[in-house]
Amino acid sequence: MSPILDIRGLTVSLPKQADRPYAIKDITFSVNAGEIVCVVGESGSGKSVTSFTVMGLHDKRALTPVAGEILLQGENILNASDAKIRRMRGEKMAMIFQEPMTALNPVAPVGDQIGEMLEIHTNLSASKRKAKVLQAMRDVHLPDPEKMYHSYPHQLSGGQRQRIVIAMSLVLEPVLLIADEPTTALDVTTQAQILSLIKELQERRGMGVLFITHDFGVVADIADRVVVMQNGEIVEQGPVDQVLGAPEHPYTKMLIAAVPSMTPPEREEVTGETALSATRLNKQYGHKGLFGGGRVVDAANDVNFIVRRGETLGIVGESGSGKSTVARCVMRLIDPTSGEVLIGDTDIATLREDKLRPHRRDIQIVFQDPYRSLNPRRTVGQSITEGPVNFGVSQAEALDRAKRLMSIVGLAPEALDRFPHQFSGGQRQRICIARALAMEPMVLIADEAVSALDVSVQAQVLDLLEDVRDEFDLAMLFITHDLRVAAQICDRIMVMRKGVVVENGPTAEVFSNPQHEYTKALLAAAPGHGTFDKESA
Amino acid sequence: MLYYIFKRVLMTIPVMVIVALFVFLMLRLSPGDPAAVIAGDYATAEDVARIREQLGLSEPIVVQFTKWLGQLAQGDLGTSIFSNKPVAELIAQRIEPTMLLALTTIIFSVLVAVPLGTLAAYRAGSWIDRVVMLFSVGGFSVPVFVLGYVLIYILSLNLKLLPVQGYRSPFTEGIGPFFAHITLPTLTLSVIFIALIARMTRASVIEVLEEDYVRTARAKGQSEFKVLMRHALRNAAVPIITVIGIGIALLIGGVVVTESVFNIPGLGRLVLDAVLARDYPIIQGLILFFSFIYIVLNLLIDLSYSLLDPRIRY
Repeated sequence: MSPILDIRGLTVSLPKQADRPYAIKDITFSVNAGEIVCVVGESGSGKSVTSFTVMGLHDKRALTPVAGEILLQGENILNASDAKIRRMRGEKMAMIFQEPMTALNPVAPVGDQIGEMLEIHTNLSASKRKAKVLQAMRDVHLPDPEKMYHSYPHQLSGGQRQRIVIAMSLVLEPVLLIADEPTTALDVTTQAQILSLIKELQERRGMGVLFITHDFGVVADIADRVVVMQNGEIVEQGPVDQVLGAPEHPYTKMLIAAVPSMTPPEREEVTGETALSATRLNKQYGHKGLFGGGRVVDAANDVNFIVRRGETLGIVGESGSGKSTVARCVMRLIDPTSGEVLIGDTDIATLREDKLRPHRRDIQIVFQDPYRSLNPRRTVGQSITEGPVNFGVSQAEALDRAKRLMSIVGLAPEALDRFPHQFSGGQRQRICIARALAMEPMVLIADEAVSALDVSVQAQVLDLLEDVRDEFDLAMLFITHDLRVAAQICDRIMVMRKGVVVENGPTAEVFSNPQHEYTKALLAAAPGHGTFDKESA
Repeated sequence: MLYYIFKRVLMTIPVMVIVALFVFLMLRLSPGDPAAVIAGDYATAEDVARIREQLGLSEPIVVQFTKWLGQLAQGDLGTSIFSNKPVAELIAQRIEPTMLLALTTIIFSVLVAVPLGTLAAYRAGSWIDRVVMLFSVGGFSVPVFVLGYVLIYILSLNLKLLPVQGYRSPFTEGIGPFFAHITLPTLTLSVIFIALIARMTRASVIEVLEEDYVRTARAKGQSEFKVLMRHALRNAAVPIITVIGIGIALLIGGVVVTESVFNIPGLGRLVLDAVLARDYPIIQGLILFFSFIYIVLNLLIDLSYSLLDPRIRY
């Protein structure tokens, strides 16, 4: 049987000023009917370029296929006319994307957006189109399709939007589905549902799926075969059991080893003095209308915790759980509605801004996105020294401190004169950590601080966070949606859902003996749970 | 939504009162005797006294303001000092040419500028884009009176295609003469608005073309033309509509030069005549009228947003 998609010796060149001549080089692999092939790699590996080139959606100003062929059911896409490729898109191959939030047109009802596919490729009457759209929406298990047909994307959740995109891509029953990180932007429980939906539809229709991901957990759950890419080249490919069970290439081995284990290491109870505590912390958004209307959301409801020096408390939850709200209240980036926040023994929950300022240095934060949390027009040195100088440290001393911190976070002190764009994501996160440490805080908050990083870099930054916590005797509040990361770094864990803490305890206990249903659901939904954590089961 | 409109309409009242206060103070706070200022350098003492009496300047300032506001509330904008006609009537006489010129100009500008801007955005960086942008910069730079006289010279005097000047009402003198006379001023005025709207369209569409949903539309196999029409343009519309709305407001309020060049008896000419004659009641009336038009247009622009984008709800 000939494969549905056959990529042979595909090479795509980059423009001259790029850091390497080819985005992808000599790529050869195939996807058969009824098969899910995962292309896995870190950022810059060329996995997305590969998928977009198949669809003919690559950025044609920068990327040029210069060698090889892409055969879709025997027909070379690279030689096809624009009209021909347009016909193939949707009819023979379809794509789902990473960001369900932005992949749909915000000003058109979702039903019409699915129907557009039929409008382009078929001559069906309007009523037949609508019937087909509703059927497609039922196929992806959307509730109440008749009503949702007229909804706009912003009225739906991320998971529902991704289902709409899937319904849209599959309404014409293509033979090949390309999925580019389709679950990366979703919560774990939603991710598990979308993965099983893709698998269900793929089995029912016998189509081939080209699945792009960076997450080995997802690979373990869904792949039949795996293609591992690094710097634009394939380093290893084979059946999933072989690649995950007995990887041959050192890069594959490194990637698999870098997946954090769900089994927390043994940890001793930390008994240092209490650095941060929250008591009956509440944060409400919105307000009651004049006539009882309006809507009040409890973003955080009766949250209590303490963090000792030298200890890491993890707050784990999905989007909307209130974990970031808690971090922001504790930082006083937003004002809590009620409750106490003690730093040392000062309650900062209701302090006026001028009284609060001296305490700001005691509590510092590292944010999720290292690309946006440093001012692009200031040198790294300026960013790091700004805080201490604001608190009366002399410029020379602040610079001295910045140099010391740069070597602590593993960067050259000379790099202080450079600008953020000259660093990689992992390096920038190191800079953000140095910036936080420059204030000599008692408490360090890491708000999804490793979520945007590749796994290999993630492991290094986690190690660094643990090192600086010990070296400076910090109390650390670690906010994350990722249970694997939480297992590795946290001494204790708080699980939040819809603003409420549902479970709270030492990490090992929460993982081995979860009490609350929601915690159990979260643990079960973690991708690759069956493959990477057999020993713990 | 209805509640929002109601609220916005109510909000125009305090805004108009504040505008009225400024208009009122403008005259009273200028140095010297306002009556003497209005009367000019060659006025006799009787003239000044008559004007002072006519404007009620001898009463206390608070009484003057309250009286004036009361008149305004009844639609009485005062009486022209020189022609002795009610200001409201003078404005009403001049509205038609100005409104129609604004209408033809904005329609023509939008019809030309939006496709040009979209094309430039779609082919960003190409020669088409450069030509459109060059025209845009040029359109901003050429003064209206220069362009007006150049067009008159070429199209009217040399080619004798169109009448030189003047205005014909489509209601009393027929559609044909109306278009013959309105074409040149429309062309002249349109150049700068085409430049402005095309630029804004280009910038907005370029931004939207980078969005994920445009990629999704292409992934569906949609043709490039429909990608632009169905997905890009409507999402790019909010800033474009804003510029068009501001354009209409400017056209109604500020076509003094064009109306002079083409000898059109519109509001712009009335502004000019009133300023030159220091006919303060007319100037005041016009400022209030233009402010009102701006407020109404702004409300309409805001409401149009919610029609274009379902995420915007009031």
